[in-house]
Amino acid sequence: MNDLTPYLVISTTLFCLGIFAVLTRRNAISILMGIELILNACNLNFAAFSRFVTPPDDISGQIISIFGIVLAAAEAAVFLAIILAIYREFSTISPDETDTLKG
Amino acid sequence: MDLDFANVLIFLVVGCVFVLLNLTVSRLLQTRLFTEEKYIPYECGEDPVGDTRIKFNARFYIIALIFLIFDVEIVFLFPWGVVFREIGVLAFVEMVIFIAILLVGLAYVWVKGDLEWIRSIQSGSKESEVQ
Amino acid sequence: MELKPLVFYVFALLTIGSAVIVVTVRNIVHAAFSLMVTLFSIAGLYVFLQADFLAATQVIVYVGGILVLILFGVMMTSGRLDMKLKMERGQLFWGGLVTILIFALLLGVIRRTPWNVQEELGTVEGTTAQIGKAILQSEFLLPFEVASVILLIALIGAVLISRKEVREDE
Repeated sequence: MNDLTPYLVISTTLFCLGIFAVLTRRNAISILMGIELILNACNLNFAAFSRFVTPPDDISGQIISIFGIVLAAAEAAVFLAIILAIYREFSTISPDETDTLKG
Repeated sequence: MDLDFANVLIFLVVGCVFVLLNLTVSRLLQTRLFTEEKYIPYECGEDPVGDTRIKFNARFYIIALIFLIFDVEIVFLFPWGVVFREIGVLAFVEMVIFIAILLVGLAYVWVKGDLEWIRSIQSGSKESEVQ
Repeated sequence: MELKPLVFYVFALLTIGSAVIVVTVRNIVHAAFSLMVTLFSIAGLYVFLQADFLAATQVIVYVGGILVLILFGVMMTSGRLDMKLKMERGQLFWGGLVTILIFALLLGVIRRTPWNVQEELGTVEGTTAQIGKAILQSEFLLPFEVASVILLIALIGAVLISRKEVREDE
């Protein structure tokens, strides 16, 4: 608990679960959940390095995590708006079936 | 700091245990006699019409979206409020710029009528007539 | 004093366990609620990292904002029939293979890198004031103001995209 490695293992696991969701899910909202897991893994890493690697009075890692959360909020808002627009157009949000732009 | 968060943890655990305990006790004590009426969702004595899982109007989403953006603004307001006295005018000006930029967004959705629940339909149809 | 590590491992297990549920469960609403548990436990881990304000931000923005938005998205795009998530066998196999390879690679990296861990960790009594000074007085001032522009763009863009369909509705 007062060591870097457990945090890195947790965030690696989260990252890989997110990758798995993005690769295998066939519903755009599930893919968004996978992306959120990846972003959380990334924020957790920043916070862990901020605690264990940089000097104690340097909290840049935490601030970067906060900006990461803010960007995740903006990303989720636009992502879901696009999903709603796609749903209106195709009546489905499976990325496999919305392939009109395919060459 | 750990002690402060221990309070939060105790609160969380007691909350979960309370709910689970009540559900378990109620499960043990209840009599299970199912009649057809008991399967109907309770809507103040009215017979429910249609399915529970309807597709929601996209206007709910716009409201949630505006909420989320200003929720994020709050995150920056808290540390600003803590150090405001120390930094003084500079902090004030910086936060005014920050909020002014976000207020442009609020003004936009307000002027376009997304915040008005009923009239946004009329203004929407008017605009499409003009087009 | 033995309680603290125990609580830490409970949070770690909750994080990973609920994340596994998020990616494997068939019902998308269950996945969303499981994601809530994941996000809460990550906030708990932030507390162990002495990042109190970050933990609060996690709860306010992720659990209170983004998750609500995701649930709205679920409600607006899924009827009763397509709440169930389909997965293909081939996709599952190749996706799982790629995931396991990445996982092994990253674990190897974690094991072999000589992390430059601090000797003394020190305890921090609340980071909110420090963060306030950092975003108002130091190199984080520009990202702070740019963040508001990004939020503005996200707000206007997302409202514009989703409003079109409201109009077509009526």
